[in-house]
Amino acid sequence: MMKRLLTLLVALMLAGPVLAQNGPLRLRITDGVIEPITFAVPSFEAESPQAQQVAADLSRLVVQDLAGTGLFREVPATAFISQVSSFAQPVAFADWRAINAQALIVGAVTVSGNQLVVRFRLYDVFSGQELGEGLQFAGTTAGWRRMGHKVADAVYSRITGEGGYFDSRVVFVSEAGPKDNRQKRLAVMDYDGANLQFLTDSSTIVLAPRFSPNGDRVLYTSYESGFPRINVLNVANVGRQQLTTAPGEMAFSPRFSRDGRQVTYSLSNGGNTDIYRTDLSSGQHVRLTSAPSIETAPSLSPDGSQIVFESDRSGSQQLYIMSANGGEARRISFGEGRYGTPVWSPRGDLVAFTKQNAGRFHIGVMRTDGSEERLLTSSFLDEGPTWSPNGRVIMFSRETQGAGGTSSMYSVDISGRNLKAVPIQGGASDPSWGPLQP
Amino acid sequence: MKMMTRATVVLLALATAACTNPDRFGGGAGGAGGAGGGVGGVGSASDPASPAYFNQTIGDRVLFAVDTSTITPEGKAILDGQAQWLLTNADYRSVIEGHADEQGTREYNIALGFRRANAVREYLVSRGVPAGRLEVTSYGKERPIEVCSQESCYAKNRRAVTVLSFSAITS
Repeated sequence: MMKRLLTLLVALMLAGPVLAQNGPLRLRITDGVIEPITFAVPSFEAESPQAQQVAADLSRLVVQDLAGTGLFREVPATAFISQVSSFAQPVAFADWRAINAQALIVGAVTVSGNQLVVRFRLYDVFSGQELGEGLQFAGTTAGWRRMGHKVADAVYSRITGEGGYFDSRVVFVSEAGPKDNRQKRLAVMDYDGANLQFLTDSSTIVLAPRFSPNGDRVLYTSYESGFPRINVLNVANVGRQQLTTAPGEMAFSPRFSRDGRQVTYSLSNGGNTDIYRTDLSSGQHVRLTSAPSIETAPSLSPDGSQIVFESDRSGSQQLYIMSANGGEARRISFGEGRYGTPVWSPRGDLVAFTKQNAGRFHIGVMRTDGSEERLLTSSFLDEGPTWSPNGRVIMFSRETQGAGGTSSMYSVDISGRNLKAVPIQGGASDPSWGPLQP
Repeated sequence: MKMMTRATVVLLALATAACTNPDRFGGGAGGAGGAGGGVGGVGSASDPASPAYFNQTIGDRVLFAVDTSTITPEGKAILDGQAQWLLTNADYRSVIEGHADEQGTREYNIALGFRRANAVREYLVSRGVPAGRLEVTSYGKERPIEVCSQESCYAKNRRAVTVLSFSAITS
């Protein structure tokens, strides 16, 4: 859909004297940043009359993406001393320094027919240098939001040195109706709640969709037979097929392997639940756990060598790690309360989980050896974390208490800051964050 | 003629199931335990051969303590009645649906519901009901019948419900 015409050079290319700041413009997220980087986005230049609206909308979207991270703060246009009327004109750095904008993003938009071209440049105002090279994205006018997200991803990436996450989608369960007759259907949206699209109707309960690594398919649990079974859904044509399950067996809690060819999931037979793996092309099953306890919610490490899962073999729900081929497991959760729904981070260093303790639910993270446990949220019922593609943000479900309780999706930084609701209409649960789009 | 009457009863049962059984929901297979479709509260609760008698007089469900699948003494009394009824009314099959309260994660609650449904199935089999007539499923916390967020509601939601269906009209 879109191609990069110029090469993106990732950050750290500033040389020469540094003026008002200590070193080049750079935000280390790991430092536990409190003070956001300030940035200005003059409305992108419309290079043709029909580009005016989209130029204005697209610049606002870049602002929303960046400001929405909590790591950046917009300097509003009302504070601007100089205007940027042309993408090509030299930047009056003194005017931007005077209003304390550390970063300046300028852009230009061309529309011809339904074709849209966006160009942008990022400047480090205090060093008076361009940060990275100018970039150009081309696509259709209908896909303008994706191009805005791409610009914001490039800016985020150049300033933080990390991958972005704005041009990504989330598959989830859209909910309607009261608690005792809740209608559920699969839906997909942009990470910011835009472009909502339904993938199933609400004729049967559907649960816990999981994106494939490249976002082309979704695994989910469906009750269309009256028994939980796993379906594979093709996102492009909404075609679906069921994972073969023997009569009397129930399958749920699926996740793709990193190559998208295998599914790791829970299978229940005779009241006992264990973890299995099935090869999607051959249909061959491998049993990975064999215990009378509940083993569920498997999630693979990024290198595919290990599985983190939950088990109540100790008497209560706790987290364990074993080899991807099964065998001995080591317990990693030892705090008070119960731990479930572990999800390995895309960087491999952390496991996100749901913790239940003293009548409250929390989303938390810990290192893969169980150390440095950190609770990020607390509410009546938080559950089901999913990682942003860059491993910096977690999205999850929050259900409110009581007869009128409803479910919504929230996101929070792994620092525990910037907790906010995903703005979509209606109830929503079980988010699965897909990859950064190509 | 007798067969005809029974077929009519089944149709009626399917038509009313959504209203009479709190585990049933309208709009398709959303909660309709699968295979046979429940027969709800058909018949009179005073007719010992009717599903209504099974559901209301004997009791179609047993309740569980938090995070357990152990059948309580009260539960055993109900299941003894269910077993007796199923042995007497051999044309019926059942799907045992396990459920959990909302105080738990989604996947764990599905697995817990299976444990509960399976505990009921094993008990009924131990009382002589042929295993082949009993299927199990679990809805986890997806289908609460009580909606308050208090123990009084949770206690009713932690349940396993024996949902009757005809095995086959010709059998």
